[in-house]
Amino acid sequence: MRALSEVEALLALDDGAAAPRARAASLLALCEEVLAHWVSARGGVPTDARREGFRLLALHRQGCRGEPSFNACRETCREIAYHYNLVSAEPDHPQAVRQVRMMGMLAMHLYLFVTGKLEVAALGDFCCSSRPLRAQTC
Amino acid sequence: MTTVSPQKDYREVAYYPGCALEGTGHAYDRSTRAVAEALGLRLVDVRNWNCCGAMEVKNVDPKLQTYLSSRVMSIASEEMGHDVVMAPCNGCYHNLKKAEHDIANDAGSAEVVAELSRKAGHATYQVGKLETIHALDWIKRTLGDEGVRSRVKRPLTGLKVANYYGCMYTRPRHIFPEKDKGPGSESTARPHFMDDILAAAGAEIVDYPLKTACCGGAHTLSDSDLSTKLVVNLLRAAEACGADVIATECPTCHSGLEMHQVRAETRFGITTRPAMLYFTQLLGLALGIGPKALGIHENVSSALELVRERGLA
Repeated sequence: MRALSEVEALLALDDGAAAPRARAASLLALCEEVLAHWVSARGGVPTDARREGFRLLALHRQGCRGEPSFNACRETCREIAYHYNLVSAEPDHPQAVRQVRMMGMLAMHLYLFVTGKLEVAALGDFCCSSRPLRAQTC
Repeated sequence: MTTVSPQKDYREVAYYPGCALEGTGHAYDRSTRAVAEALGLRLVDVRNWNCCGAMEVKNVDPKLQTYLSSRVMSIASEEMGHDVVMAPCNGCYHNLKKAEHDIANDAGSAEVVAELSRKAGHATYQVGKLETIHALDWIKRTLGDEGVRSRVKRPLTGLKVANYYGCMYTRPRHIFPEKDKGPGSESTARPHFMDDILAAAGAEIVDYPLKTACCGGAHTLSDSDLSTKLVVNLLRAAEACGADVIATECPTCHSGLEMHQVRAETRFGITTRPAMLYFTQLLGLALGIGPKALGIHENVSSALELVRERGLA
């Protein structure tokens, strides 16, 4: 697993020259690494399982266990998966470059949220203020 | 639990502005009331309302927060006889919905609410007596998209809008039982009510994938740099989508976006273009209401300039 600083540098790279499908695959792998860092930091072993075809979504679910406020990045993860699907299904689509750029911004948001939460545990608690109830269902 | 009823009349609702709309979110209150007046809808302020518990009280005791929200619902339903309360603030909306859920599903919460209500000398809120709705629900249920379209006097033509819903409008999903019910209902994964309303008002809605992403709102003061980074990414993404405006429906989101846009520029030299406007301000403009009556001059971002430049004022 690469260091988070290295992951950040790769996410920030505006690699306009890369083919959309390759860049989308690279972004997805970087996002998985971000979530793997989160799971590891909490003493877990990052899963290799897939959920709805994505390790990213399985890692997100794993990352939520015992930490319902981690759900604050659920939709971001799902949007990343959605954009990956769009780009990989039709890499030559006229919108593919834009979609992969959006995927990059989603990936950066996930990175910022997760690294922020590693520093400030309460991040995401605001929208998850029903923590006691969520803890039962997560 | 109260469900959406097509028979229910949403044209007159109890109105719970909450603390933020009397402070930093004043323009949201002003524009909501102006829109109501223009549309012939009646907002009846909840008498002697109190804080919903916001972010702070849950850290003391979550059940106390449930009680505070239940008191607002008790006044609206038991004392004022309403069956619908409209809360434009995401925080208030969220907390009232959560209180409804907690009282219905957690015996301990119900017990605390009953005990504190007795001590405070008011009726205990009875689950299911009041439906809490957001300002977006209110417009959708009273007018619908067609109703909005037919009342537009000055369409928002050419204005590219990214809609930002923030976190508390859709999370956690289980406190919003009326959402995710298929066509016509709101989606928690990809909310669209604001998109629908503003599209009906003539705006060009851009596909904005970060519409519910975290802005670090609760950490705006304690961890400002973190919040600034999250907000900058939200602003840059909106910019990349081609948006002129980020439409908001929450005073916390709105002030967070505005404040960190300024902070990003002054502290980090990062300039971003989109202006922030409450969806009620945009809707009000489309209905022909003047910018001052909508409080647009109170916005921190360059909203007023943009509105004038586009001939909407």
